Amino acid sequence: MSKSNLTEKSAKEINRLFLNKEISAKEIVDAVYKQIEIVEPQIQALNSITKDLAYKQAGELDKKISKGEKLSSIAGVPIVVKDVICVKTYPATCSSKILENFIAPYEAASTNKLWEAGAICIGKSNMDEFAMGSSTENSAFKKTKNPWNLNTVPGGSSGGSAASVASMEVPVSLGTDTGGSVRQPASFCGVVGLKPTYGRVSRFGLIAFASSLDQIGPFSRNVYDTALVLQHISGYDLKDSTSLNVEVPDYINKITTTSLKGKKIGLIKELMGDGIDSEVKKSIEASVKIFNNLEAEVVEVSLPNVKYSVPIYYIIATAEASSNLARYDGVKYGYRTAGAKELLPMYAKTRQEGFGAEVKRRIMLGTYALSSGYYDAYYKKAQQVRKLVAQDFLNTFEKVDLLISPTCPTTAFEFGSRVDDPLSMYISDIATIPANLAGLPAISIPCGFDSRKLPIGLQIIAPSLSEELLLSAAYSFEYACNINITCRSFLTAK
Amino acid sequence: MLSKQQVEHVAKLARLSLTEDEVELYTKQLSKILDYIDQLNEVNTKGIEPMTQPIPTVNVMREDIVKKQFDRSEVLRNAPYEEYGFFRVPKIGE
Repeated sequence: MSKSNLTEKSAKEINRLFLNKEISAKEIVDAVYKQIEIVEPQIQALNSITKDLAYKQAGELDKKISKGEKLSSIAGVPIVVKDVICVKTYPATCSSKILENFIAPYEAASTNKLWEAGAICIGKSNMDEFAMGSSTENSAFKKTKNPWNLNTVPGGSSGGSAASVASMEVPVSLGTDTGGSVRQPASFCGVVGLKPTYGRVSRFGLIAFASSLDQIGPFSRNVYDTALVLQHISGYDLKDSTSLNVEVPDYINKITTTSLKGKKIGLIKELMGDGIDSEVKKSIEASVKIFNNLEAEVVEVSLPNVKYSVPIYYIIATAEASSNLARYDGVKYGYRTAGAKELLPMYAKTRQEGFGAEVKRRIMLGTYALSSGYYDAYYKKAQQVRKLVAQDFLNTFEKVDLLISPTCPTTAFEFGSRVDDPLSMYISDIATIPANLAGLPAISIPCGFDSRKLPIGLQIIAPSLSEELLLSAAYSFEYACNINITCRSFLTAK
Repeated sequence: MLSKQQVEHVAKLARLSLTEDEVELYTKQLSKILDYIDQLNEVNTKGIEPMTQPIPTVNVMREDIVKKQFDRSEVLRNAPYEEYGFFRVPKIGE
């Protein structure tokens, strides 16, 4: 029994079975790749699998456990990593033609910590090219499907990481969140997704999109597993000068012992108005009742500058991206156009052929915003309004402990329905972007379904470095909400 | 509203050799996006310090020690063209 449905199990349970020697690491890896073989043709969540590495790591784990070595709380847990994070000697493509053949020459800090702790690397997941998008349709390689409805997108940009967890290929995965790229696909795929405080997790080895916004975060099918992964990837790193040199709390201990009784929670008024689907709104209103049942007080709060988040973001993120992506020039790594006889045309043709439409659009927008004569009007202005958004949060957190909102204005949408209208795609990030602008930790957890049986996500936002409070609230809510978020079509094949 | 000439200029700055169709498409799409972004102008930001990043850290320094991090062959492994242990590029200049 314990082996036959292994891929449905949580990371916590797989770790327990492994530490109790009820199952070997090799058997875990066998079960995961069997599930992947069955699921992948439909879901297409993965760009590549790392079988050699997985079996090597499993072999080492099995040796260690037979020798009686003490192993960690994540040992034996299989993990999928978004293809924007470097796993040494394996491809890191960013789902872009320009990095199609790029082999990572070093290991990211976050994954290094995971492998050191005994987690097992299963594969690299599909994404919107360079993490730019909200549907994973901008991948140069494949279309990842939403496990709940194969005609709808999984969200993005970390769509592959979300879909691989929802379709039970793995219990946990890593994504990255620049404007909602973990939380939005988590919402669409009915899983838990966390964006930690900016600086909580080292970005070393994460291929940069927008450096002042990017943060690595976990996906899982329950809050406990997200806390578990966060525990193992957090902490200061000399190689990332923006990582914060502060102690990492014992999240697992905190979430299982903290109550919400007497806590004050603010429902963000600006994110419950026009543009939010009525079924989503209803589900969030039901969530408010659940918090009330947990003896938390929910009040409506206003953050007046939050409504400017999307325009701020699409200046700052694209400006930073235009600078970060200048490195793809066909010289040191990646794709180079054939036959260009001079340097400048080689650069321009390489980039023209190597980047997809959305990446080029954003490079253009960012270059424009930073160009002579427009810098003050766009880039500086956006940075000033960003400050006002951050101040709105600071002011509000003097009155409440946590904030809630829908994670997304809608549930998952159909393939092709938004790709021709970039602005409509951008506006769908309205609820997730504010936390990135302010650098705050935020989580999406499933809170219900719409009439099409597509999952709805509740977003909780906490003050800086208050992940333990954030996760505690999510953990209590998950228990009280008690909805079944198992995507039944992808239970382990018998 | 962006002009076609502006889009071509920005493409040059961004080192992108866009096709005619792309110039046309981006002229339309970027104009629409910039119109939307223009709503920021209704916010009074007089005297507001621009926020460059979410944490207060400035100028993180470390000891400047030379360390070997990669073998030359590891670094060149990803190069599209290499020769004699160097990155090879086409000729520079007219």
